[in-house]
Amino acid sequence: MAKNISFTIKYWKQNGPKDAGHFEQREMHNIPDDTSFLEMLDILNEELINEGKEPFTFDHDCREGICGMCSLYINGTPHGKTATGATTCQLYMRRFNDGDVITVEPWRSAAFPVIKDCMVDRSAFDKIQAAGGYTTIRTGQAQDANAILIPKADADEAMDCATCIGCGACVAACKNGSAMLFVSSKVSQFALLPQGRVEAAKRAKAMVAKMDELGFGNCTNTRACEAVCPKNETIANIARLNREFLKAKLAD
Amino acid sequence: MATLDSKIPAGPIAEKWSNYKAHQKLVNPKNKRKLDVIVVGTGLAGASAAASLGEMGFKVKNFCIQDSPRRAHSIAAQGGINAAKNYQNDGDSVYRLFYDTVKGGDYRAREANVYRLAEVSANIIDQCVAQGVPFAREYGGMLANRSFGGAQVSRTFYAKGQTGQQLLLGAYSSLMCQVNAGTVQLYTRYEMLDLVIIDGRARGIIARNLVTGKIERFSAHAVVIGTGGYGNTYFLSTNAMGCNCSAAMACYRKGAMFANPSYVQIHPTCIPVHGDKQSKLTLMSESLRNDGRIWVPKKLEDAKRLQKGEIQGKDIPEEDRDYYLERRYPAFGNLVPRDVASRAAKERCDKGFGVNNTGLAVFLDFSQAIKDFGRDEIAARYGNLFDMYEEITDESPYETPMMIYPAVHYTMGGIWVDYELQTTIKGLFAIGECNFSDHGANRLGASALMQGLADGYFVLPYTIQNYLSDQITIPRFSTDLAEFVDAEKAVKDRIAKLFAIGGKRSVDSIHKELGHIMWEHVGMGRTGKGLQEGLEKLKALRQTFYKDLFIPGTAEGVNVELEKAIRLEDFILMGELIANDALHREESCGGHFREEHQTEEGEAKRDDENFFYVGCWEYQGSDDKAPVLHKEKLEYEAIKVQTRNYKN
Repeated sequence: MAKNISFTIKYWKQNGPKDAGHFEQREMHNIPDDTSFLEMLDILNEELINEGKEPFTFDHDCREGICGMCSLYINGTPHGKTATGATTCQLYMRRFNDGDVITVEPWRSAAFPVIKDCMVDRSAFDKIQAAGGYTTIRTGQAQDANAILIPKADADEAMDCATCIGCGACVAACKNGSAMLFVSSKVSQFALLPQGRVEAAKRAKAMVAKMDELGFGNCTNTRACEAVCPKNETIANIARLNREFLKAKLAD
Repeated sequence: MATLDSKIPAGPIAEKWSNYKAHQKLVNPKNKRKLDVIVVGTGLAGASAAASLGEMGFKVKNFCIQDSPRRAHSIAAQGGINAAKNYQNDGDSVYRLFYDTVKGGDYRAREANVYRLAEVSANIIDQCVAQGVPFAREYGGMLANRSFGGAQVSRTFYAKGQTGQQLLLGAYSSLMCQVNAGTVQLYTRYEMLDLVIIDGRARGIIARNLVTGKIERFSAHAVVIGTGGYGNTYFLSTNAMGCNCSAAMACYRKGAMFANPSYVQIHPTCIPVHGDKQSKLTLMSESLRNDGRIWVPKKLEDAKRLQKGEIQGKDIPEEDRDYYLERRYPAFGNLVPRDVASRAAKERCDKGFGVNNTGLAVFLDFSQAIKDFGRDEIAARYGNLFDMYEEITDESPYETPMMIYPAVHYTMGGIWVDYELQTTIKGLFAIGECNFSDHGANRLGASALMQGLADGYFVLPYTIQNYLSDQITIPRFSTDLAEFVDAEKAVKDRIAKLFAIGGKRSVDSIHKELGHIMWEHVGMGRTGKGLQEGLEKLKALRQTFYKDLFIPGTAEGVNVELEKAIRLEDFILMGELIANDALHREESCGGHFREEHQTEEGEAKRDDENFFYVGCWEYQGSDDKAPVLHKEKLEYEAIKVQTRNYKN
């Protein structure tokens, strides 16, 4: 049965990328603990609006843990701490206690400038994808799907890599602001499949070059990214990316 | 007034599409570069269309409200995508997929469109595999399949419980390839607020930049909308928070007819509502019905004790469980179509057999499947769904049966389109969930992904050329034309008017009220009296909206409340459309159930004599005025129209 909890919430307010930003604070009373974290923020916003104030701005959409839109840094962890690893929208208030102080911040990274409050600009990820995250095929010209047999183990592994939702938690968690987990997951998905092998070398080089150009940092193997990934992507992907990248460089 | 010409090609049903393609007009490569196409939406339909049109050589402008095209709500589809591949050698064929879809839609879809959909379904799987979509495979390396509701064959392809995500990422990757090639210009965090018409043809849109707040003008030779469905009219639904019908309503207000709005799909397997603070409902994939068995107690006293929390589902012995779908529909059992399963759940709960504290839930039980296949196998099939369920409800489906209840999920109705996917406005096309044509009164599971990609990859890229072929001499339009200036001013005035209300109530509080009216009066069981009451309440709600709404902040910069207020204004108009259509349709079919029209066993009773048509609604110049009905008569050549039967 649900019980009610009361706590203090400190949330980040910032009016655009050039504003210095500051925390605001509010006491929340009698919130049922089967409320989701984002529903709790809905309640906060309803209170603010009823007082004639501007609500707290943050990104969210599907609220099913799959679209990758929600992106809050809660008590020092991207997406907050859940039992199995999940996105902000899948975090429930039963993970918090009466009397807690809950701090909510945006993803903080040079490559993700703040748009407003905790809403950030992640279009850099789209630019990396555009640099090579695809197989170059034409619509309508594909051969029969079963003409390419793919061992189940390879398909399953590619699926695990493809599960990345592009939320950017890995970048937010990394002290260098590196996007290696994101890039390596995409590179790995294609590298593991015969359809993607053709352009594997070109892809690895192009995506890494774009990542560097956009101001993401280097990977120094702290593994902070995989600890916070809501979809359990692992740094084995980064090792695979490094191999693909090296192979590509050697071939040059 | 616009006319309803479905433009169905002549010839036998299996040859119509081939004939069309053989005789349609084309645009040569040099001319393609001179033609601009606006595509609004980046879901499966929008992204696949934008990518394909860009690759063909058209200049494409592609818009989405999210921060990236990859976030469109197609991403949340779980179970799978249908295709008539017959890889399982279980008797599938194009005809059978066509037949199942028409029957599943309760004989209210347009036959020729559905046949084409079934025909291109196999190409979709080929296309996606070539893109690197990691579909589930068998040990021999071939693609795996599962079964879905309304079918007796296994034709559903899947990627764990994340099929929509993987298909969308496939379409997104093709889209980004075109962005890189410079054929597609992407506009993220932009919302279409009006359609610009010049000399009777769609020639552009007015959109709000959601970051700067600026109202901007965009011109093109044709406009395509792939902006999804209107499920969020009900406030609580399985749709994402941002899903809205504003682009569709903008087109409707400019003269595009809206077809079959009352066909709203209530999905049987969602996590039940838990309190009044809830923001959305979470779907549990239909694929769970492959192995899960749905039941409620046989004895009313057991249900009472479950509702009070005195006992749990596992305490009720096998002989006291009522597997009501298996009982009522022996041939299809737990895999009956969604509308049938939802109504059956409501029937049991209305009789008092609900199993949770609100009495509005039934069990979906995996204990038998775990016994038969082992926990590991069930985890491999549904692990991510079980984890999600546990995170939300704090209960493990491995240990105790899931609780589920129907919720608004998908809308079969939409902007009316002809065979070419063109609306009643020349040069305006509608694709994916946004249009009405393929699912009739009820959509089968795993067919939404199929339709979105069929429209975007394989249908629109052909049919739009037939329209654009006579546009090649028309130069690009300047956005300084009076039509653009006027449309922009209308949007700015509308926003100013909303700010000027200066009431005290938040958008959400009014939207919740709309949701309650819709669910109560225009929900799963509708009556003439209830619908009339609902329409009265909607009228009053519109007055409340224009009197009490409060939007904090200004029109400059990010203002989420303003975005929601505009959408709510459109949802109220949409709500009235749904209710009007439901009131006029004096029959029960698919997702539209009128309690006055049912058989003695409680099954939907169609009236083919009087309602064998598409109900198309035309806007009358003002939100206050009742829309006018037009009819597109359905004509079936290949399939004999009969009563749906899932019993034997």
